[in-house]
Amino acid sequence: MADTIRCDVGDWVEIEYVLLTAEDRAAGIPEDTAAQPLRAWVKGFALSPAMIGDEVSVETMSGRVVRGHLSETEPGYSHTFGTPPAEIVSIGRDLRARISAYRPKGGE
Amino acid sequence: MATRYEQVMARKGEIMKRALGMDYAQFERSPIAFDYEAMMSAHGYTLERIRAIQRAAGVGLTPLLELRNLTDLVRSYAEPGHGARIFVKDEAANMAGSFKDRRASMSIHVAAEKGFAGVIAATSGNYGAAVASQAARAGLSCIICQETFDSRHVGQPEIVEKSRICEAFGAEVVQMTVGPELFFHMLELLEETGYLSASLYSPFGVSGIESLGAELAEEMIALTGAPPTHVVVTHAGGGNTTGTARGLERVGAHDSVVVSASVDLSGLHMASDTDFNRKSFTTGHTGFGVPFATWPDRSDVPRNAARSLRYMDRYLTVTQGEVFYVTEALSKLEGLERGPSGNTAMAAAVSLARELPSGATVVVQETEYTGAGKHHWSQLAFARAQGIEVRAGDPAENVPGKTIVIPERPEQIRAHDVDLTRLRRSYIRNALAHAPEGYEPTPEDVVFLAEDTNTTPSAVEEVIAGLRVG
Repeated sequence: MADTIRCDVGDWVEIEYVLLTAEDRAAGIPEDTAAQPLRAWVKGFALSPAMIGDEVSVETMSGRVVRGHLSETEPGYSHTFGTPPAEIVSIGRDLRARISAYRPKGGE
Repeated sequence: MATRYEQVMARKGEIMKRALGMDYAQFERSPIAFDYEAMMSAHGYTLERIRAIQRAAGVGLTPLLELRNLTDLVRSYAEPGHGARIFVKDEAANMAGSFKDRRASMSIHVAAEKGFAGVIAATSGNYGAAVASQAARAGLSCIICQETFDSRHVGQPEIVEKSRICEAFGAEVVQMTVGPELFFHMLELLEETGYLSASLYSPFGVSGIESLGAELAEEMIALTGAPPTHVVVTHAGGGNTTGTARGLERVGAHDSVVVSASVDLSGLHMASDTDFNRKSFTTGHTGFGVPFATWPDRSDVPRNAARSLRYMDRYLTVTQGEVFYVTEALSKLEGLERGPSGNTAMAAAVSLARELPSGATVVVQETEYTGAGKHHWSQLAFARAQGIEVRAGDPAENVPGKTIVIPERPEQIRAHDVDLTRLRRSYIRNALAHAPEGYEPTPEDVVFLAEDTNTTPSAVEEVIAGLRVG
């Protein structure tokens, strides 16, 4: 099983860094947003071994070198198709029935 | 001392001048007016050339499909003699899954021609996938700046999917938390890399959509003998409306009524960390559609090529629940499983077709790809997890950010007209407010404002006089 708390040189990983502290954010943005730092995440190839949370530099797909804290090794995606919502599932059945009832029998 | 943000923003002019690939200053005529048509044609590409570039890039010539089942469904409850024929341009058939390939193909063509090593775009939408895909084909580097997460690191599944697809095409995706400073970081990256700013709002990009309007008009003429009576366009930043309408005009479809459509998200603040994940649509909504119509030059270029008030004849809004309903119906009745955002215009078309005579033809001019994250089931599951109430009922009870009401019957789908007079007035107020204090609009400015709002100089003068009183 892959090691998920450390990376080696050359591993594809994700890092997190702060782009703007809350104090340095733009004027005029909503209060809830202004209270938070502007954070960023980017993926790249690790340039040194690191543990999750360590500072590390990565080389991104565009060749930039970016420094941040190791946030994920083997960064993947887990978004899904969801589950069938009760309010949606009967739409197809009901509408097909309505079209059948509307069209003249025995033809288009 | 100036913050890093302020320092970068102070260099905005010089960074953008190099990164835009063209000098916008040459088109300025006054503090209010600029030469729009000169700006749109400065790139020198004719419609034929654009089509040739797009064919070489694998973009366009998507199927135009008649939706006979959806049409009959509408006719089953429309007044006798009503229920227009509904058609769709299946733009999801483009390589990266949306009409945005048309825009991206032109930006990438310009980047390659001018010798840029890469491109940068700030987008949470399908445009990122399109730029990444086209950049991969052209052998250019690509960075996409994306507003992805709220401060809890929770990502709207539709946007997370767009991160994934951009990375699948080899782009570097900088995922950020909520905030308009996305633009600040884009400037930093443009300065660091020397790449082209592949803005959604450049004349190249918007001209790339003209082929869509032209294609659909020509295909309708071949299929029905006439251009469509109505074209429904999902509207956000204005490029889709602008490019499609210009394309229709280019092939002589002057009488086609251009209907823009957005999902109603009124009441939600687009820059709010807490509102961010309370919406199920990340584009095609009024949160972009209204502000960009009433002040297009808020974009990331000095002058926005997308100027929707010039071109929209009507502007309809629909609810999130209505779009989800129509998305499911399209899938089950027509065998077209497509993304909800791109079906915004489809929901408006279902409402519009009902009020039109059966001889009318309504073309929905786009679809977008769907899948994990973008799928309407996924969106509804996410909305529920954020505490949004999802229930069946009358969509009139929809409250953006609080309740998504899925219609119980198709008769309940009723688009609402946005008052264009109010939007035009708001645009004129913004144009005057952006001129220096005390500046008096000249007769030339009035003509420009009339063109930019698709009204007459006397109507503009009336609005200006009214603003002075009020």
